[in-house]
Amino acid sequence: MLAFIVQRLFQAIVVMFVVALISFTMFQFVGDPVNNMVGQEATTEQRDALRERLGLNDTIPVQFAHYVMNAVQGEFGLSYRMGKPVQELIAERMPATMELVAVSALMALLIGVPMGVYTGLHRNSWLSRGFLTISLVGISLPTFVIGILMILAFGVWLGWLPTFGRGGVVDLGVWKTSLMTAQGWSHIIMPATTLALFQLTLIMRLVRAEMLEVLRTDYIKFARARGLRDRAINYGHALKNTLVPVITIMGLQIGSLLAFSIITETVFAWPGMGLLFLQGIQFVDIPVMSSYLVLMALFFVIINLTVDLLYYAVDPRLRSEHVGAGH
Amino acid sequence: MAASTQPPLLEVKNLRIEFPTRRGTLVAVDDVSFDIAEGEVLGVVGESGAGKSLTGASIIGLLEPPGRIAGGEVYLAGRRIDNLPYEKMRQVRGREIGMVFQDPLTSLNPLYSVGSQLVETIRTHTDMSESAAQQRAIDLLGEVGIPSPKIRINQYPHQFSGGMRQRVVIALALCVNPKLIIADEPTTALDVSIQAQIIDLLKRLCRDHGAAVMLITHDMGVIAETANRVAVMYAGRLAEIGPVGQVIKNAKHPYTHGLMGSIPKLAHATERLVQIEGTMPRLTEIPNGCAFNPRCPKVFARCMVERPDLTPVDSSQISCWLYDKTMERTGSHG
Ligand SMILES: Nc1ncnc2c1ncn2[C@@H]1O[C@H](COP(=O)(O)OP(=O)(O)OP(=O)(O)O)[C@@H](O)[C@H]1O
Ligand code: SF4
Ligand SMILES: [Mg+2]
Repeated sequence: MLAFIVQRLFQAIVVMFVVALISFTMFQFVGDPVNNMVGQEATTEQRDALRERLGLNDTIPVQFAHYVMNAVQGEFGLSYRMGKPVQELIAERMPATMELVAVSALMALLIGVPMGVYTGLHRNSWLSRGFLTISLVGISLPTFVIGILMILAFGVWLGWLPTFGRGGVVDLGVWKTSLMTAQGWSHIIMPATTLALFQLTLIMRLVRAEMLEVLRTDYIKFARARGLRDRAINYGHALKNTLVPVITIMGLQIGSLLAFSIITETVFAWPGMGLLFLQGIQFVDIPVMSSYLVLMALFFVIINLTVDLLYYAVDPRLRSEHVGAGH
Repeated sequence: MAASTQPPLLEVKNLRIEFPTRRGTLVAVDDVSFDIAEGEVLGVVGESGAGKSLTGASIIGLLEPPGRIAGGEVYLAGRRIDNLPYEKMRQVRGREIGMVFQDPLTSLNPLYSVGSQLVETIRTHTDMSESAAQQRAIDLLGEVGIPSPKIRINQYPHQFSGGMRQRVVIALALCVNPKLIIADEPTTALDVSIQAQIIDLLKRLCRDHGAAVMLITHDMGVIAETANRVAVMYAGRLAEIGPVGQVIKNAKHPYTHGLMGSIPKLAHATERLVQIEGTMPRLTEIPNGCAFNPRCPKVFARCMVERPDLTPVDSSQISCWLYDKTMERTGSHG
């Protein structure tokens, strides 16, 4: 167990190091930032001073070492565009994105899994067919189209929900949350649904397919032959066996939720990191871009680690690789 | 066989299993009737596709749709069970009829410990406490020959070898003392070196627990050593059924004769029984008359038009016109 965690942590560190290297090289390839930061009429001395302050006069390995050391402490330098420390910008924006992604992921999981189980068990019922047909829409429509349609329906026509921004925010000191007020929820519900819809249908279809597969296995037949109750067979034996692939996909999908959140944040003017990143690209704001890259990599690494640990919890075959099968 | 006053443990009467398909109805099992007495071992043999597994599955009520029982009756200790409602039949499964499948590697749920699968089964059918069921599970594992059952009970299926897993499967099938075990090729998936052990175990345990066995197999050696009676199936029908000595040493039906002829010596008779010339017809192509007629060395005119029914001959029952005493033969070139 410990060896397993240590091994995974080591892999994680290697991945993060490589990502840091890539995001560092962005600084090298995208021109001289000093020109973008100072006005046309700045003197050579002013430029040199700024260059010195940004650490651009050191050798490249030294610069990289600085970069990594700062990054480990959560410092990513000054935003070229706003002249503020990047970590401050991110700290402002991160809670918005995290809450959006978390609410979406939970929606996808808590609705998608039961729907998948239901459609797997009652293959030919009308409700199952309805779910499957609707899920096709969820899979085939692009996120932004769904978002715009929802804005049109619930925001413009019905006027039930606000169409942009984050509201009802409560400041908890380090974290500003919008999940503690009804107003906050009224803001998050549409973007979160938009973002969740694709994952939800994916999870539903995955759980359904896995259920159908598992229900055909010998151990389910044998469970029936032993006279176990349907409830125990469906939810104890079958559902648990569908969990491993669901965990895998969910892990991957939280990553893609983060990625797609950029689009959703744009459609709903959600003040999250995605928006920050997009603005960063427009202004070639390298510190913002590179820190976003590093942060995303960190999330992926953490998610992967969590997924591995969950496998471990669910599947005994992984827990006892070394016990071996004695005859 | 048991005393003839009480009804036999299992009574299958004119069982017919159909599969509705787009091109008409396939009859996979037709007019199959047999009994199993208490504590008896009935061997069931026949080529692949003869309908052995379907017959077993329909007795325990696990025929998979679209397959369905289209006719006949199944009685367990005199009580009709083929038309029981789902919940009632569920209570019969495991408690009155146990089943052992072919592949022990896939029969156990990989995510639950062996003990929890045993305890779950025991507690589904009895009102034993958790700890009593646990104790019974440990005893059973010991009984099926698993060393240090106290430790093994908390282990998962992947920690057991194939042979050990089949022992666990047998323990699971017997854990609430059913009166009948249906064992569908219980050793086919196992290493040859441990097949005999598993058969011995099955035989001994069923005897100790007073369970009768319907033993489906391709292994005539196993039949010779284990079964009291043998049923021979061909193309969904019974060709012959009778005491093991009769059927093996003195086969009457030409098909049984062919089957027995295909085993050189019983001692290493582990090969499959398909050495009769030709193959069994597909369900869509079963000929008129006797289904065996394209392959039968003794075929004669009547075989081509009329289908023979099971009729008593000595202590066996045979479905073959050669043994029909009521009518004159219309011709022969056997
Ligand atoms: N779902 C199905 N649809 C149509 N025909 C089927 C279906 N399932 C089984 N059959 C047919 O029923 C027949 C009997 O099958 P069964 O599994 O009982 O044979 P078996 O005697 O157990 O053979 P084996 O020795 O290979 O296990 C086969 O010919 C098969 O083609
Ligand atoms: S009935 Fe005729 S074809 Fe069928 S087994 Fe007997 S002799 Fe052969
Ligand atoms: Mg079979």
